[in-house]
Amino acid sequence: MSRARRLGQGGYVDRSRPIRFTLDGRSYAGFAGDTLASALLACGVRIIGRSFKYHRPRGFLCAGAEEPNGLFTLGSGARTTPNTPGTMTELTEGLIAACQNGWPSVRFDLMSVLSLAAPIIGAGFYYKTFMGPRRRSWMFYEPFIRRAAGLGRAVHQRDPDRYETRHHHADVLVIGAGPAGISAARAAARTGARVLLCEQDFLVGGSLLGEGAGALEALRTEELAGLATLEVMTRTTAAGLYDSNTVVLVERRDHARPDPARGDAREILKIVQARAIVFATGAIERPLVFAGNDLPGVMLAGAVRCYLHRYAVLLGERIVVATTDDAAWQAATELAAAGAHVTLLDERAEVGGELLRRAAASAATVVLGAQVRAARGRRGVRGVRFVSPQYPSGHELPCDLLCMSGGWSPVLHLTSHTGIKPAYRADLDAFVPGGYAAGHFGAGALTGAASAAAALETGSAAGLRAAQHAGYGREASVPAAAPGVAVAPAAPARPRDAHWGKAFVDFQNDVTTRDVATAYTEGYESVEHLKRYTTLGMGTEQGKTSNVNALRQMAQLRGIDVPAAGTTTFRPPYTPVSIGALAGRNLGQHFRPVRRSPLHDWHLANGATMIEAGPWLRAWYYAWAGADAETAYVEEMRLVRSGVGLSDVSSLGKIDVQGPDAGEFLNRLYVNEFARLPVGKARYGVMLNDDATVLDDGTTARFGETRYFMTTTTAQAAEVMSRLEFLLQTAWTDLRVQVASVTDQWAGMAIAGPRARAALALALPGIDVSDAALPFMGCQEVDFAGVPLRILRLSFSGELAFELYVPSDCGTALWQHLLASAQGLGIRPYGLEALASLRIEKGHVAGLELDHRNTLDDLGLGKMARTSKPFVGRELRGRPELQAPERWSLVGLECQEPAARLRGGAILFAPADPIQGHGRGYITSVTWSTQLNRFIALGLYQGGLAHAGEEVLCAYPLRGELVRAKIVSPVFIDPAGERLRA
Amino acid sequence: MLIPCPHCGERDYREFRYAGDASKARPPLGSTDIAAWHDYVFLFDNPKGGHREYWQHVLGCRRWLVLERDTATNVVGRSWWPSEGSPG
Repeated sequence: MSRARRLGQGGYVDRSRPIRFTLDGRSYAGFAGDTLASALLACGVRIIGRSFKYHRPRGFLCAGAEEPNGLFTLGSGARTTPNTPGTMTELTEGLIAACQNGWPSVRFDLMSVLSLAAPIIGAGFYYKTFMGPRRRSWMFYEPFIRRAAGLGRAVHQRDPDRYETRHHHADVLVIGAGPAGISAARAAARTGARVLLCEQDFLVGGSLLGEGAGALEALRTEELAGLATLEVMTRTTAAGLYDSNTVVLVERRDHARPDPARGDAREILKIVQARAIVFATGAIERPLVFAGNDLPGVMLAGAVRCYLHRYAVLLGERIVVATTDDAAWQAATELAAAGAHVTLLDERAEVGGELLRRAAASAATVVLGAQVRAARGRRGVRGVRFVSPQYPSGHELPCDLLCMSGGWSPVLHLTSHTGIKPAYRADLDAFVPGGYAAGHFGAGALTGAASAAAALETGSAAGLRAAQHAGYGREASVPAAAPGVAVAPAAPARPRDAHWGKAFVDFQNDVTTRDVATAYTEGYESVEHLKRYTTLGMGTEQGKTSNVNALRQMAQLRGIDVPAAGTTTFRPPYTPVSIGALAGRNLGQHFRPVRRSPLHDWHLANGATMIEAGPWLRAWYYAWAGADAETAYVEEMRLVRSGVGLSDVSSLGKIDVQGPDAGEFLNRLYVNEFARLPVGKARYGVMLNDDATVLDDGTTARFGETRYFMTTTTAQAAEVMSRLEFLLQTAWTDLRVQVASVTDQWAGMAIAGPRARAALALALPGIDVSDAALPFMGCQEVDFAGVPLRILRLSFSGELAFELYVPSDCGTALWQHLLASAQGLGIRPYGLEALASLRIEKGHVAGLELDHRNTLDDLGLGKMARTSKPFVGRELRGRPELQAPERWSLVGLECQEPAARLRGGAILFAPADPIQGHGRGYITSVTWSTQLNRFIALGLYQGGLAHAGEEVLCAYPLRGELVRAKIVSPVFIDPAGERLRA
Repeated sequence: MLIPCPHCGERDYREFRYAGDASKARPPLGSTDIAAWHDYVFLFDNPKGGHREYWQHVLGCRRWLVLERDTATNVVGRSWWPSEGSPG
């Protein structure tokens, strides 16, 4: 336990609202306004984790998002969330927290014996050790290593919470609600611009929250509510900046106890489109690097100050403040004023007089030119060893808290996301954004402003400029760039000689100065290599506290200056984002929505097994025909070949084509003639891409002088629709034609089989469906019981068949009517599997053959083309490569082995070929043929039907199968088409 | 990215689909100039910087439009109907 204690007054905590929570099953209490970190510190809990590799005891280092040590697993059961920084966890009643990476507990961790092995588990240890003796060794070792190392674990249960995605538009987005951000948002909103101000914390104020009474109040943040065009978003982190001023924010709502049953979201991903952006993201304090700098009780000075002022927690009684810059002097004097015994060690031999005067007025003792060499203690800091002019060989001071400040690193992650490299500023000893894209503005500590006053000044200038960029407040004059703020140059915080113990650069990944030196010795000098070799900056906090210190050490080792050493690349997200927030509502069915036929419910209620076909759910087979697809589809095929069946074809794409030039339009689209298609007739057509591969096939019927009804394949419906629009709007703008997708407006069904006409006659009394009235490829538009009904006599199965279309809401009624009227003829429904098998027997190509690589000739349809008229793809169709006789083209295949089967995807070889490589073709579609009593297939084969009658070998290496088949015509049944013309 | 649709105004790019290079002229219908078709169908520049592209407002008015876009930065410029030609 530490000597931390909550002060009786002050801070932004509500002492009237105690909040209970548990850590590893023990109960604690804090106040409303606390974070998990501040509450634990106030309760005297100091060790809250064990380090990643060495299992050293660790305490909180920071008070913000950059915390590398204080990670917890929050919640329980399916709501377990690992790796959450306690410094960012708003305390809520009943919060369940668990420490990570300690066994059996973080206070007494058996794995800490690893510390003794530290000399051998340095940089590159895993690479060097677990790679041998065989290549697969790493796979064997890895699970054990992961168990011993590491952070929290995710659970495998389904996340019961709900996540949302929202889109926001703003004139000005201000990121960070510290003094600079608040002042920027205020200035921008006063011009009338719509302003979003986002803040990752649950309070606005930023650094002012840690500056003591009155600092935040002076900013009068309550006025923000009065600005009508300003929206403030707290608990909202800007995770990434993307092109076109798109910023992704993540809002966390755990504090509101979101209930998924009520539709509450736990996290909301907000995609913001902003005309201008003000970055007011502040700066992060850097640790000093000395032996034992990771001991619990060694903390950043700014964090200690924040705990003192914001949470009213005084973290120690005997405090040493070690610094290289001015900022920590404030901490020292304030801690002394709060009653602690404070010694200030500044590395600089000389500092400004004002600092000394203020220190002298406080009770703090000051030692100049003092360098900390080591922190002493086992489970917490007990003393600090330093050298100074007075003690050249070292001196030790007892302490229970060691504050350190090694300078400040501006939070330039977001500006770097667009690829703008950071630039080093020697006067700050820090990297700042190397520039800003158009419409981007920086303010506050990000730009090097060292005081709240400078932050306010740069903030309001940036806010006004951003508003002007967005088109507001043009008349206002923007103050010139903020006057140079006098910053006392910080003394570079050089890593000390580490012979007194481990000095940590990256706390989260246990990277020490020795590891950086090893990387250098072994040639991993570039920062990107250094990062990967030592894992530096690769933890959840992504090097927020460690990057610059590591760079500086490497620069020293290489004998170059810091900017020459370069920086690593910053990538989104700034802080970890949950998978739930990224997924939003795109889960399960919402991840990939399905389309349903108007007959969907009937299928479900009548024994259909459904299958996904592209975005559609279609009836695969029906229970009447068999218990599984293999048996059912064969029965359904028999029904269609011998009697009559009914099938749902509503998923076919349907396009209404109208206009005086519609005939000409279709004539240009399809390879075959359409200009002279008479009213009352339909025609099968094929359309090509510009490169002469087949785009789609389908039937178009002409129902009036200027009215056509096009059907497309299910798969290509959207593509064809878009293509028609493209040609009409960009290429053939002179044609008077309009197209509209009517796929959802019409239910479609196919009635097929030798008894199809008889069935239709029973169902549609009074409508002449005789061969004379409705010949093959004839079509009629009739009124049936007050409902428009379109009848097209065409066949996909090769049998006598009709397609019927009615408005979608009448689909089920017509379907049921057909089944009921023709019951005496044995009519039954058949599904997609039988539909697809029937077409294979007939040799009709479908999606498996129309793969955008095959030409009209490859599919045996070359004769359809009418080359005397222009059509899309005509010219490039003539390329010699596309006319080569040895192209793979469509063939039928008959299985020659009674006990074997053909398989889709099988590779085709000539009998003398070695069975290897890509062969001479492949099988596209396979079915059992009820007509031929064997497996048949469609496929593509080199040279195609020139090889008719020859035997080929169908190789299916996945199952080790090699089956003989014979090349035949792809039309297996009724080549003369007598059945469909019956 | 916000795309200015000449019909609907500025809309989020998710309502549109990218639909190819608009910097090339399609040979006139019936042209038998194979070289011109070959150039139009297969040969595309891949510029870094300003480009003219077809976009279709598939989840809006379904109109095709030509858009100026910087391929490196996604900064969007003007847009116009393909039938009207470039505004200059």
